[in-house]
Amino acid sequence: MRRETLALLAVFAVLALVPVLAELTGQTSWTRLVGQALIYGMAAASLNFILGYGGMISFGHATFFGIGGYVVGILYFHFDEGTRFLGIIPGTGQMLLTLPAAILVSGLAAALVGALSLRTGGVQFIMITLAFAQMFFFLFISLKTYGGEDGVMVRRTNSLPGLNMRDKATLYWVILVVAAGYYLFLRQLVRSSFGQIIAGIRQNERRMTAMGVATYRYKLAAFILSGMGAGLAGALMVNFLRFASPDMLHWTRSGELMVMVILGGVGTLAGPFVGAAALTIIETLLSRLTEHWMLPVGVLLLAVVLLSRGGLMALIARMTGGRGK
Amino acid sequence: MSRVLEIAGLVKSFGGLTATDHVSLTVESGEIHALIGPNGAGKSTLINQICGELAPSAGRIHLAGQDITRLRADERVALGLGRTFQITSLLEDMTVRQNLGLAVQVREGRNFAFFDNVARRREIWDETDAALAETALGPRAGVLVADLSHGEKKQLELLMALARRPRLLLLDEPMAGLGHLESQQMIETLAAARTGCAMLLVEHDMEAVFALADRISVLVYGRIIAVGKADEIRANPEVREAYLGEEEA
Repeated sequence: MRRETLALLAVFAVLALVPVLAELTGQTSWTRLVGQALIYGMAAASLNFILGYGGMISFGHATFFGIGGYVVGILYFHFDEGTRFLGIIPGTGQMLLTLPAAILVSGLAAALVGALSLRTGGVQFIMITLAFAQMFFFLFISLKTYGGEDGVMVRRTNSLPGLNMRDKATLYWVILVVAAGYYLFLRQLVRSSFGQIIAGIRQNERRMTAMGVATYRYKLAAFILSGMGAGLAGALMVNFLRFASPDMLHWTRSGELMVMVILGGVGTLAGPFVGAAALTIIETLLSRLTEHWMLPVGVLLLAVVLLSRGGLMALIARMTGGRGK
Repeated sequence: MSRVLEIAGLVKSFGGLTATDHVSLTVESGEIHALIGPNGAGKSTLINQICGELAPSAGRIHLAGQDITRLRADERVALGLGRTFQITSLLEDMTVRQNLGLAVQVREGRNFAFFDNVARRREIWDETDAALAETALGPRAGVLVADLSHGEKKQLELLMALARRPRLLLLDEPMAGLGHLESQQMIETLAAARTGCAMLLVEHDMEAVFALADRISVLVYGRIIAVGKADEIRANPEVREAYLGEEEA
């Protein structure tokens, strides 16, 4: 317990120093890299809640990531033009409005997708979530107003009262604080009464039904919560990269999130963040050397999955002699 | 005596096969009613219709006077129907204590609470620990279910079903695969639990059936061919031919 708190504080402190260290050493690209890893870590962690803790293998999780991102993009677009979305909703560039809006809209999308796909299970569930993801992908491509295949630019990062959000380091710290908050939220959720029911459903849904649990309801609630988390991550990503594109919703993005979860450690709190960091850093380093950087990544993934049951978190736990939680 | 379970004219056909053929059966409160029959007689099909995993083709099922024929499985549980499985069905990644604790938690409610801490819900753990301490599973509370013996799993499953405080407990072969000593323990546990709830007991172990059952129904080819007290069933020539005879031979 104490040990966990200390470890979390240490990791937070190191991450908070990244922009300072990057500035000092002249490696300014590191701030961008770690910021991206944190955002992907949030998206992967949200997927891990249903995949690792709930046993629902969703293959369309990038949908909610993309929708969250597009909410920021579209709101900014109308703010910039001085028009209204569907003639009703005015645009905005205030982060205190755009993030909740992104969470809300991606939650609604997750409610729609989950309500239909959770009536099935196993391979059917995987295929239906993938089918929904493709539908949303082509929907956003067809939105010519918002740039179609090119996506929509956000020329200025959303503003927060009292902060200079045009400063890259400030934006990074905002992302770090949101990511830390999200980590603590998931940690709480896993320990809650609701979290226990979800863990029970993963292990034996038939037993939970026999105990009187209407499992569908709980799975849907978990699916919606998870979609909201991905939407929040997407909204931050669009702020960070300053554009939203259909690429965010592509099915390979869903695959990448899954790779991050598996690489880091399925069903662990820190695993998805570790996996996201590992994949982002490897991708950046290797893509400088070769165009075919996916090949060594594939080999690495195979090695981690085969050699360390439980991903990188299991390796870390073995090295530090602690438990991988 | 009030009637806990009443099945009337239940039919289930799979294509041309009639697995349940106009079955009518009652379980009174406080009663242990045994259902016996050779393999393939349709006992599991009947059990699955009572708990709601299979929809009957015709007929009605009442639990404590309420029609449950069209209710979902979890809704029937909420009305007081408990069950154990023929092949034990537990949460394998959790400990004995966590399994029973979850069963208590489900009954207690507040299952949609996102911001509480299960480990600190005293009402759950006090009851769980007290229930475990009374059984042979007490010292095994911290053991993962995957590491339990077959007999221990059967015991735990029964405890979890009882934690729900059911009106009626469906027991699908609770003695299957148990050694002699474990069977004796299970018979004692069931005999002790009978004050709390009625039971419908599907069982092949005749010693257990005769030790526990107030009444016995004999199911052959989906049809009930005899109902009565233990002595009457033992003496019934039709039953001897269809079922008991082949065991003694």
